[in-house]
Amino acid sequence: MNFYPEFEVVRNDSRCIRCRVCERQCANEVHWYDEDGKVMLSDESKCVNCQRCVTLCPTRALKIVKSDCRLRENANYSDQTIKEIYRQAETGGVLLSSMGNPNPLPVYWDRILINASQVTNPPIDPLREPMETRVFLGKKPDHITRNADGSLDTKLAPQLSLSMPVMFSAMSYGSISYNAHASLARAASALGIYYNTGEGGLHEDFYKYGKNTIVQVASGRFGVHKDYLEAGAAIEIKMGQGAKPGIGGHLPGTKAVGDVSKTRMIPEGSDAISPAPHHDIYSIEDLRQLVFSLKEATDYRLPVIVKVAAVHNIAAIASGIARSGADIIAIDGFRGGTGAAPTRIRDNVGIPIELALAAVDKRLRDEGIRNNVSIICGGSVRSAADVVKAIALGADACYIATAACLAMGCHLCRSCHTGKCNWGIATQRPDLVKRLNPDIGSQRLINLMDAWRHEIKELMGGMGINSIEALRGNRLMLRGVGLTEKELEILGISHAGE
Amino acid sequence: MIPLEGHVRIPSGCAVSAMISRDGKRMNGESIIQSMIPMHDRSNGLGGGFAAYGIYPEYKDFYALHIFFNNRSAQAECMALLKEYFEIVQDEHIKVRKMPQITDEPIIRRVFVSPMQSVLRHLQIDEKELVVRVVNRINAEPVGSYVFSCGKNMGAFKAVGFPEDVGRYYRLEEYEAYCWTAHGRYPTNTPGWWGGAHPFCLLDYSIVHNGEISSYDANRRFIEMYGYKCTLQTDTEVITYIADYLLRRQGLSLDEMASVIAAPFWSTIEGKSEADKEKYTYLRTVFPSLLVTGPFSIILGFDGGLMALNDRLKLRSMVVGEQNDMVYIASEEAAIRVMAPDIQNIWSPAGGEPVIVRVKEGAF
Repeated sequence: MNFYPEFEVVRNDSRCIRCRVCERQCANEVHWYDEDGKVMLSDESKCVNCQRCVTLCPTRALKIVKSDCRLRENANYSDQTIKEIYRQAETGGVLLSSMGNPNPLPVYWDRILINASQVTNPPIDPLREPMETRVFLGKKPDHITRNADGSLDTKLAPQLSLSMPVMFSAMSYGSISYNAHASLARAASALGIYYNTGEGGLHEDFYKYGKNTIVQVASGRFGVHKDYLEAGAAIEIKMGQGAKPGIGGHLPGTKAVGDVSKTRMIPEGSDAISPAPHHDIYSIEDLRQLVFSLKEATDYRLPVIVKVAAVHNIAAIASGIARSGADIIAIDGFRGGTGAAPTRIRDNVGIPIELALAAVDKRLRDEGIRNNVSIICGGSVRSAADVVKAIALGADACYIATAACLAMGCHLCRSCHTGKCNWGIATQRPDLVKRLNPDIGSQRLINLMDAWRHEIKELMGGMGINSIEALRGNRLMLRGVGLTEKELEILGISHAGE
Repeated sequence: MIPLEGHVRIPSGCAVSAMISRDGKRMNGESIIQSMIPMHDRSNGLGGGFAAYGIYPEYKDFYALHIFFNNRSAQAECMALLKEYFEIVQDEHIKVRKMPQITDEPIIRRVFVSPMQSVLRHLQIDEKELVVRVVNRINAEPVGSYVFSCGKNMGAFKAVGFPEDVGRYYRLEEYEAYCWTAHGRYPTNTPGWWGGAHPFCLLDYSIVHNGEISSYDANRRFIEMYGYKCTLQTDTEVITYIADYLLRRQGLSLDEMASVIAAPFWSTIEGKSEADKEKYTYLRTVFPSLLVTGPFSIILGFDGGLMALNDRLKLRSMVVGEQNDMVYIASEEAAIRVMAPDIQNIWSPAGGEPVIVRVKEGAF
């Protein structure tokens, strides 16, 4: 069935100089030049509104607007719902989507406000006073021990040291490009934080960034071998992902080419579809075995992270993980991004990270095991304010991926699964990949983190807090607005005015 | 309705003062009362109190419980509970001097107790742990009893009022201690409750504190994992529990505790010797949630000494004076000049630098 396209290309012909940059830049082949009429024409049905042509048009002759040609309005059957039905009726297929859930579900970050000091204690000025953002992730001992001479025995379970409580979350080499990985790895090294390989293995060029790398072991075990495990600073077992809880990763065959297939250790062009479960983990006691297998394989040098999607029973699940020998739990909320996920799952499965985080932190404290593990919060952390709110709710650190992609140039057109990313991020086409310059990409990531660190310090200083440790779990620094009693109870915060 | 103490979090500013004889000489409370007078404006009449060490030499083997009761039935109920766990050695009124400045008095009793060996054997805990558990239980339950002091050979005296009046009310000039600490309170949103005045005590630890800590909820939520219950929602309460947890339960030294709650900055740690670097990094890594931020000056009294500590940015004033065997500590120099008019040696300790004073071994 043919529809009027979702977007319209609006070209101001009096401004267009026929330079054809739009044509060259569009991997979706929307634009072309008509020699006879000496005009630029477009096939808008191919447009994904990635804004590449708009950004690069030297005369600002282009804009992409939402088409106003719609089906008859219906509050129950939206335009999108109807069109999805038509598409499925045509193909019999599962709908695929990319990036995080775009639907207007509650964003609790935006319903939480942060405190500041007035009169009874002083705000602290980060320009004039030291302000600390360093965090250690890993298991903390319940009791100190002393050496024979009475000095403290300072041996600890392995810890990750972060200069600020933000890391780049898992995005596999394959789902994103070589240059995107290079940008993340270099930025993490320069910043003193970590990036995460995702489940596609680690390109041999990036082993040198191992000190700032978290290597992931997912259900497909793609790219996992002894050198890989030993290359990183921590190992993450991916049990689930916020964008698609309950299913495994999905790399379309079009992206499994060249070094990607080599790194993943799979044939070129084959779809890399990870199993939904780890086939050696059907219960919590199995998880414990995998945790210790990985520790054994790496001489107990590296902390093990267990990443789970935020689902209904997350508090109990986290409690189980905290007792499994894992050093760190990463919780991924339902708004988290992905390079490819079934639309229905992305849009309907999982729970918001804010509620999951609050519930997990509380449960672990109630059980007195919060010290067993650190908590990483991911799944749509969009700004320094979100980071501060997450830490105050109880996270030790945050994972960001969508924000990192945006820093590298992503325009959130949500078409990663097509492999035709015009910004050189979610693609393996060499002509597109080279559009992302790792020098610039890494610098922009560093800039973003620098900016966030400044903002985190300003917000902390305003609260009279000069170290991030004193913010963690400090829920008194948060107030809700427009939330129900139940929501406030789960978040463990008071309403504004209370 | 104005919220009650413990129902809301109450920030407060304050005045603190302390004096200690390193020779273990015992002094009556006159001087410490006088020291609070020049700092009158640092309190607002909603709380004052004192802690005194070495005051019960004849009962030094027993825990001295100082208790407020709202009424007779609360007293009966509480005493019945105590009798389940302790032998009652002595149960008496704390003598007071009635005065117009001090109103709404509860029943104020002093009970010397000795833990029952059979109970200790049954619960398999040491006697300090038993005292902590029973006191926490009494204080957490809203039956109208509040144990505000429970150490050996020491005691706290506190009330709603200005500290100099509170000192007179409790006739502190009749007690002799080798160490006194004092507190005047300036709470910002409470009608004032006797139990909410400071010092705040647990076993022989007493804390007087000036400031409003910004790390409160991070500290509270951590310490509550270990069986403490922050019922008063005050800074002083949570700091006392932190001290008990680190000193008694983790076995840290006072210096080590100071480097947890007023941890040196990472930039400072970088410049230390390898051994110190390792130690400070370890302590900050293991106890990050016990870092206390925001302004504070605290004086922690304990059996045989005291420790004074400022927050690491020194956002609150605190001065120390030394003369012969005496050490004086106060929010303002004026207070020290009252206790020791011709004192020469006065200085301001740096932020995060603990001042630890111990009475000579065997002198108390």
